[in-house]
Amino acid sequence: MGRQVYEAIVDGILGGGIYALMAVGLTLIFGVLDIINIAQGILVILGAYLSYALSVHLHIDLFAGLLITVPAMFVIGVAIQWLFIRPLRGRERTSMSLLAAYAVALIIEGILYKVFGPTYVVLKASYITSSVHLFGFYLSYIYLYGFALAVACVAVLYLLLYRTRFGRSVRATMQNRTAAQLVGIDVNRVAAVTFGIGVAVTAVGGMMFGATSGGFNPNSGYDLISRLLAIIILGGLGSIGGALAAAVFMTTAEALVDIWSPDWAVVVFYVALVLVLTIRPAGLFGRGLARAQ
Amino acid sequence: MRTARRAGGALVFFAVLALFPQVFQNATVTTIAVDTLIFAGAAVAWNIFSGYSGYLSLGHAVFFGAGAYTVGIAARAWHTNGDGVFVLLLLAAAVAGGLSVPLGLIALRVRRHTFVVITIAFFFIAQLVATNLSVTGGSSGILAPSPNWTAATFNDPFYYIALALLAATTAASWLIRGSRFGLQLRAIRDDEDRAAGLGVRAMPVKLTAFVISAVVTGVAGGLWFYFIGQAIPQFAFDPLFDLSVVVMAFFGGLGTISGPILGALVIEPAQQWLTLQYSNEYLSEILLGALFLVVILLLPRGVIPTAAEQITKYRARRAAVAAGPAPAGPAPPGPAQAGRAAAGPAQAPAGPAQAPAGTVPQAPPAGEQAGTAAREAGP
Repeated sequence: MGRQVYEAIVDGILGGGIYALMAVGLTLIFGVLDIINIAQGILVILGAYLSYALSVHLHIDLFAGLLITVPAMFVIGVAIQWLFIRPLRGRERTSMSLLAAYAVALIIEGILYKVFGPTYVVLKASYITSSVHLFGFYLSYIYLYGFALAVACVAVLYLLLYRTRFGRSVRATMQNRTAAQLVGIDVNRVAAVTFGIGVAVTAVGGMMFGATSGGFNPNSGYDLISRLLAIIILGGLGSIGGALAAAVFMTTAEALVDIWSPDWAVVVFYVALVLVLTIRPAGLFGRGLARAQ
Repeated sequence: MRTARRAGGALVFFAVLALFPQVFQNATVTTIAVDTLIFAGAAVAWNIFSGYSGYLSLGHAVFFGAGAYTVGIAARAWHTNGDGVFVLLLLAAAVAGGLSVPLGLIALRVRRHTFVVITIAFFFIAQLVATNLSVTGGSSGILAPSPNWTAATFNDPFYYIALALLAATTAASWLIRGSRFGLQLRAIRDDEDRAAGLGVRAMPVKLTAFVISAVVTGVAGGLWFYFIGQAIPQFAFDPLFDLSVVVMAFFGGLGTISGPILGALVIEPAQQWLTLQYSNEYLSEILLGALFLVVILLLPRGVIPTAAEQITKYRARRAAVAAGPAPAGPAPPGPAQAGRAAAGPAQAPAGPAQAPAGTVPQAPPAGEQAGTAAREAGP
């Protein structure tokens, strides 16, 4: 029992790194654009399929393939923002953009079904099947590589946000859009690039998800987005540190309940969400209630 | 006068719907018609809560599915069949309503995005619970008792009950919109804190609307279950249900009475027809998404408010032309000035926000105005 618990905690932390990366993209988009990108789940799956197509048809290694899929997802993100989110204006902008993202998700899901069909696929590589003996556990290499990559990506994002001029303008826009505009920040450009970055991380997240989840199909996006939403709400919308903490917390809790009952493990996500919000409506690290309707 | 005309329009509309199955007896057509009416009822119900209060719920499938499973489980337990199953719809209403109270108490404490996400979370919890419990039949779901009437008129009972549900819900929507309760809801939509400051007890008002909306959705779900004959978790708690209902309301006009009905009448048959035509659900998924984007980008406020605004503008322009003779005078600014001056008073009765420029469609008064105009336009 004790051993199972240790294993669950290790699994939870390693898995949490991957979810953290995907959730950071989502919470970043929320912070800057004040919208929830419901399409994030299906974009992760799209990233996974891109990695799949590259590795099956062009025999490109999964990690090397990221050099292609990350820029590709960045461009897709900027395009979505430019075409469907930016034109929205006015009082209902928030709900409209949420629905627009939902519509984009549906279209991508339909296209993925059309191209790849509903059968489950898995990403294959030598480091997914082989494992390493570490601290008394057998761990697949992919978890270690993936965790390292997720940590590296989050670190890069952190440096980008807190150590560069662009990052400063992003944070300024998050704090006060109008004031940022007044001091000469091109808010539209910041929004487009942020959306692109938030979507670009799904290429990494998708590759890792495809390699560790034991199979995915176009329908997997729903499960994923609901977990990501639970994570960013729990961490407090727009809080990057909160998203990291909540991701690790959620995956660890899920892995622990999984020992007892695999069927109910997924419910932990939502029950934890509902419980936390009943006590603290702003989430664990939220900056106060979203007041203005 | 206006009320009478509108009531007359509604009567004609529902009379046409009542005669529909007598004229079109093709089973394929009436099947689509029943489906459309069920969705229209659900869309109007969704609009009573989300359209009026501004709280966007993407979790109404919870109540739809709860209604479906209630009828299924009760019919199995009590060996109900035939017409008796329709009586169980009352139970579906009670269960959906009862379920909505605790869910509403939790979800309505938060706003905007967080509210939307919580409703999505409820939806996933419901789906998982239905998949994992034995009473709901797990992933293979639950079968409905088979109706015992003849094949020739098989769809008729479903059709008329769905029509009655739609009529009752529309009447409720109309009554609520004009009532003090409806005004409180719309005050909450415009600015909840200010509404609370003015003495609106926000929580009970929101919760009441949520429960009303859930009850109707539960009945729609129960009826749908008996009609389809089966409920499995993916289809009883279907994300596409939520999205369809929202698209219908947005397409017709959020917060209007006739908007969701118009949306349902256009979108549901189109979707069903496409599915039949190409037997490819992915295509209808892509098209639904594309249609949705078009609606959001080109008609962000929906067909009915936009159309009503165009009609008002057109009338005002005609009135302006009639009022000012507008001679092709020597001084160009003169006639233009006169025209504008005439336009003002002519438009005033229709709504003050309309007149000045028409370039501020998203300002709160304009939204209110659009709603009023929509009531004028639609049945």
